[in-house]
Amino acid sequence: MDYNILSWLIWLPVIGVAAIAFIPRDKVDLIKTVSAVVTGLQFLLTLVLWNNFDSSIGSIQFEEKYEWIPSFNIEYYLGVDGLSIPMVILTGLLFFIGVFVSWNINKAVKGYFALFLLLNTGVMGVFLSLDFFLFYIFWEVMLLPMYFLIGMWGGPQREYAAIKFFLYTLFGSVLMLIGILGLYFSCGKTFNIIELTQVAPEALSGLLWWGMSAIKVIWVLIFIGFAIKVPVFPFHTWLPLAHVEAPTAISVLLAGILLKLGVYGILRVNYGLMPDGVYWFSYALALLGLINVVWGGLCALAQKDLKKLVAYSSVNHMGYSLIGMAAVVAAGESHGLNMKAAQAGLGGAVFQMFNHGTISAMLFILVGVIYERAHHRDIEGFGGLASQMPVYTGITAIAFFAGLGLPGLSGFISEAMCFIGAFPVYRWIVIASTIGILLNAAYFLWAFQRVFFGKLNEKYTDLPEINRLELFTVIPLLVITLFFGIYPAPYIDLIASTMDTIINHVVSLGSYASM
Amino acid sequence: MFIDYSLFILFLPLLAFVIQIFFGKKLPRQGDWVSILAIMTSLVLAIIMFFSMISSYDPNFKEEASFTWFDMGEFKIRLGFLVDNLTIIMLLVVTLISTCTHLFSTEYLKGDIRYSRYFAYLGLFTFSMNGIVLANNLISMYMFWELVGVSSYLLIGHWFEKDSAADASKKAFLTNRVGDIGFFIGIMLIYNAIGSFAFGDIFNGVASEMITGTTLTLAGVGLFMGAMGKSSQFPLHIWLPDAMEGPTPVSALIHAATMVAAGVYLSVRIFPILTPDALLVVAYVGGFTALFAASIAITQRDIKKVLAYSTVSQLGYMILAVGTGVYTAAFFHLLTHAMFKANLFYGSGSVIHSMHHALHKKHDHDTDPQDMMNMGGFRTKMPITHWSMLLSTLAIAGVPLFSGFLSKDAILAGTLSFAQHHPQHFLLPIFGFGAALITAFYMFRMMFLTFYGKPQMPELINDIHESPKIMTGPLVLLGGLSFFIWYTLPYFNFMSSHGWFTDLVIPRDSSVPGNPSAEYISQGAHHAHHLAMYLSIAVASVGILLSWIFYIKKSLSADAWSKRLGFLYHWSQGKYYFDENYSKYLYQPTLRLAKKIAWIDWELYDKYFINGFGKVTNLASKVTGKFDYEAIDQVLVDGTAKIANLLGRLLRTVQTGKLQNYVLYVTCGLIILMIIQTF
Amino acid sequence: MDQLNNYLYISAILFSLGTFAVMTRRNGIAVLMGVELILNAANLNFVAFSRFGGMNMDGHIFSLFVIVLAAAEAAVALAIVINIYNNLHTINVDDAAMMKE
Repeated sequence: MDYNILSWLIWLPVIGVAAIAFIPRDKVDLIKTVSAVVTGLQFLLTLVLWNNFDSSIGSIQFEEKYEWIPSFNIEYYLGVDGLSIPMVILTGLLFFIGVFVSWNINKAVKGYFALFLLLNTGVMGVFLSLDFFLFYIFWEVMLLPMYFLIGMWGGPQREYAAIKFFLYTLFGSVLMLIGILGLYFSCGKTFNIIELTQVAPEALSGLLWWGMSAIKVIWVLIFIGFAIKVPVFPFHTWLPLAHVEAPTAISVLLAGILLKLGVYGILRVNYGLMPDGVYWFSYALALLGLINVVWGGLCALAQKDLKKLVAYSSVNHMGYSLIGMAAVVAAGESHGLNMKAAQAGLGGAVFQMFNHGTISAMLFILVGVIYERAHHRDIEGFGGLASQMPVYTGITAIAFFAGLGLPGLSGFISEAMCFIGAFPVYRWIVIASTIGILLNAAYFLWAFQRVFFGKLNEKYTDLPEINRLELFTVIPLLVITLFFGIYPAPYIDLIASTMDTIINHVVSLGSYASM
Repeated sequence: MFIDYSLFILFLPLLAFVIQIFFGKKLPRQGDWVSILAIMTSLVLAIIMFFSMISSYDPNFKEEASFTWFDMGEFKIRLGFLVDNLTIIMLLVVTLISTCTHLFSTEYLKGDIRYSRYFAYLGLFTFSMNGIVLANNLISMYMFWELVGVSSYLLIGHWFEKDSAADASKKAFLTNRVGDIGFFIGIMLIYNAIGSFAFGDIFNGVASEMITGTTLTLAGVGLFMGAMGKSSQFPLHIWLPDAMEGPTPVSALIHAATMVAAGVYLSVRIFPILTPDALLVVAYVGGFTALFAASIAITQRDIKKVLAYSTVSQLGYMILAVGTGVYTAAFFHLLTHAMFKANLFYGSGSVIHSMHHALHKKHDHDTDPQDMMNMGGFRTKMPITHWSMLLSTLAIAGVPLFSGFLSKDAILAGTLSFAQHHPQHFLLPIFGFGAALITAFYMFRMMFLTFYGKPQMPELINDIHESPKIMTGPLVLLGGLSFFIWYTLPYFNFMSSHGWFTDLVIPRDSSVPGNPSAEYISQGAHHAHHLAMYLSIAVASVGILLSWIFYIKKSLSADAWSKRLGFLYHWSQGKYYFDENYSKYLYQPTLRLAKKIAWIDWELYDKYFINGFGKVTNLASKVTGKFDYEAIDQVLVDGTAKIANLLGRLLRTVQTGKLQNYVLYVTCGLIILMIIQTF
Repeated sequence: MDQLNNYLYISAILFSLGTFAVMTRRNGIAVLMGVELILNAANLNFVAFSRFGGMNMDGHIFSLFVIVLAAAEAAVALAIVINIYNNLHTINVDDAAMMKE
């Protein structure tokens, strides 16, 4: 296509910001409407993109490439492949829904939605840019609105949470920047990720820095940058805090999309540029996945705050993704060219990204619904809501069951794929992490029982049922979860050939030996 | 044709579920007729399938259909359906009991606040159960397996206002999950070796030794763990008795006849891949559970608890049969047990229903309507319930002429033959016959306490009435199905199980190379048949006689004996304190661990380590800040400025603002320049 | 006698006197008169260089300009002095220091 759809995706929200800037601050409804229209248009564009995307090609499509700063070989380079397109669609959807989730925001509405749209640009930019410099810029652009959104519209501890989130992520991005510069200078002074994917494995092999393998150094630097976003244990503690303090819509986006940037980044950068590093690090990756699963599960079990529980469940769920990702080495010669396992693992990891995006978004919206009514999130403080709010209970039940990986809902398939894929390579890690299935069920069901079952709490006999607007935000996610749970083929078809590209790239260029 | 029919059978209840969830409350009669219509159509289709199976009379009948669910190139998952005689029988059982439950519930749950929701969940359950039955591969079986768990969760928690019901539903789900972990690990082991989930491929793979030895044993045991969870086998038996918190018709359908039998069904399906070691595990787990659960059932006072433990015990029997190799006997017992145990639950439901109404009339809300010590003498008041339950009790006790005798006999013969071949496993028949003895005893204890003797609460007895027709209908039907004749047609064989069932469900050889052949096993069972039959008649008679002595003739006092047996009695009544010990040694430590981890994570790691970075940075910034201000800024930077200031102040005096002074300076300067120039 | 130097000496003396007057006198009119002296010293130089330097009539023309300018300047300056006097009732230049303060 030659009308630059990707640029439109990125810059459309900026047009929205400009439009909002000209609206007087007291015309609140107009501001909200503009945001809804802009994000709605963007979502439609992502669907158009999906429609025109050729899933049989495993490489970059819809490329847009312009010179930007020629003296440093920096380009404005956008493109999309099977790895990023599900995330792009998810971004479009969740930001659109996010506008309606934040419909009840009434403090500094103008600023809120301007920042919201700016965040949208940042996220979209990260998923679409294929030039490291551009990527990094969007990465940072994303950070700032997030800081203000948490810091100004958040809960009681918002400033602390915001600054923590900001510093944590900034720490990661600084390490990442060092890594990027290392790549830039050792791989022929280019920021072009696709070019680096071809050049870097060759250029980096055998390169030593202060007696250490350059691949290891860069891998670790960039990995930490992304790991903080995922979040991988032990870089996870910003997450519960930020989630608890952030307004509902921001929690939704944080869990739904921003966490996925980490996994996306690892797959795009670490896997693409340092296939040897994948072999070197894969065992640790699986182990970290196991720790995430168990640690997150246990922490979630102990939480008293519903939102914090959901936040820790994110730590738990992203662990499955990590385990699945590590399975990619199964296709290598040292593991008997087990392409099945590699496909299952990597496909599962990428599917889990998407599923967790929809499921956790749903969970956060639902927690937001109850918080808006009861003004607290203490699990012990409810009780018996099932008889008071049956529709809400039903929807929450589905969301919780999706979270605990019930077959028929999308989460099950991706978790199962991650496990099945990783099993041949990391047998004991996988067996140990199946305990996560149990923990998952335990914390969700226990929380569900405490909130919804038992006698109705006297305080809440006039709690209103979930309203139309809230239903409008949840139902699409519910439908997606159910649809992919029953019929995952559309998603799998969308990503399959790109997954093959990644697996073949890693396996053909990487090995245990060269490190 | 069979696949099409079975798809209708599968999806009709799901359709009912969807309709009930969305429109149930708005429909007349809260839409129960929708569900009943759906399930009855399914039943009719199942009956048609059943009769065409009978008419073709082909033990090797098999129809399979599968489709690709998703495909990543190498990794693809194909789901599919398998219809063979086993499936058809199972479909009939499920739809029949489900139909009975639907009908029974219309009366039993009349006026319930979540009436339509209840029927919706019944539909979901029936759908998932049929899904398990029809699955031709492990993945879809696992999926339906979990869905069954969820519908069971929802139905046990139907009266979630009661904490005990909410607890029980959660417990059921979590205990099942423990088993499911094993199930899933088993699936992964098998897929890793064979590369397929379909039963056919797996059996071929095992036969061609793609997976052997310990791995295969572990895979088998893993899959069996799933069965242990669902079929409530020791040590995962704890959830089933608690599950009785659900409405009684649900107990009949899910926790007696079908869902709990899914474990047995799975074991029967995977029998060909179980290695001798795995089979031993299966046999011991089953045998021990049979005896162990029976020993708990003796002392229970709650009529549903007795039935629950009896179910656990009977499921143990079936598992034992699988373990000793006579897996068709296991399935036969599954079939007969489904009928008579469902009936017993309906009967108990009928009794409880009647008790409940009687108590309600007296405004007595403290007396437990399920406690058998409050019953007695209901025989004349509830004749249909009584006779129907009596038939089923005779069946479960293993009295000749009744269905349970045939199936139990087949199992015991198999067990006995196994012990004859492997004398070191003499415990297995002891488990089997011991359990048979105890079963006969406690089942008649239940009958005697409920229907015979003097009323324990005479003030109630006049308000005890027979239940309405829609409840007694299933009782009559299933009571009738407790007779042997239905299972041995076209023969009249009350002493052996030979009949359409044994003709159509024939044992097959195990796929594991080296396992004894089906021929060998059935030969052995055949030889042991007579001995087993006499023994089982003997133990059943002894059990019934003892029960009669204790509870009718009362020449031996139950109270005195319970005191005499002391701690044994208390152990049994306390269910061997499994719940307490699990709570003490498993749940509480896990929760404490979780709290500890969360504390470490949040209070220690985050507050000290992560924030420590912040604090160190803060400190460093303070030091540098001080140095920056005191040294660099105040001394160096400001010093320069101060000097400039001083100079400026000095120079300022020169600037008088008087033009004439400036001219003077200029002139002086000029003169100086001129002087310099001169020299 | 008809030498450049003589003219220059006289011009230098005139210039010095003018400068002295500008520097020392506090009376505004007197300062103006000193300035006139300086201008005339310059005029004398122009004419002298024009005469002896072989520069045709250029010097004369310049000195005519200077005379015209001096007249204009005197007019403006006297107007200022009168204004100062009107406002301050003095023509002592030291007293007119409001800009400085």
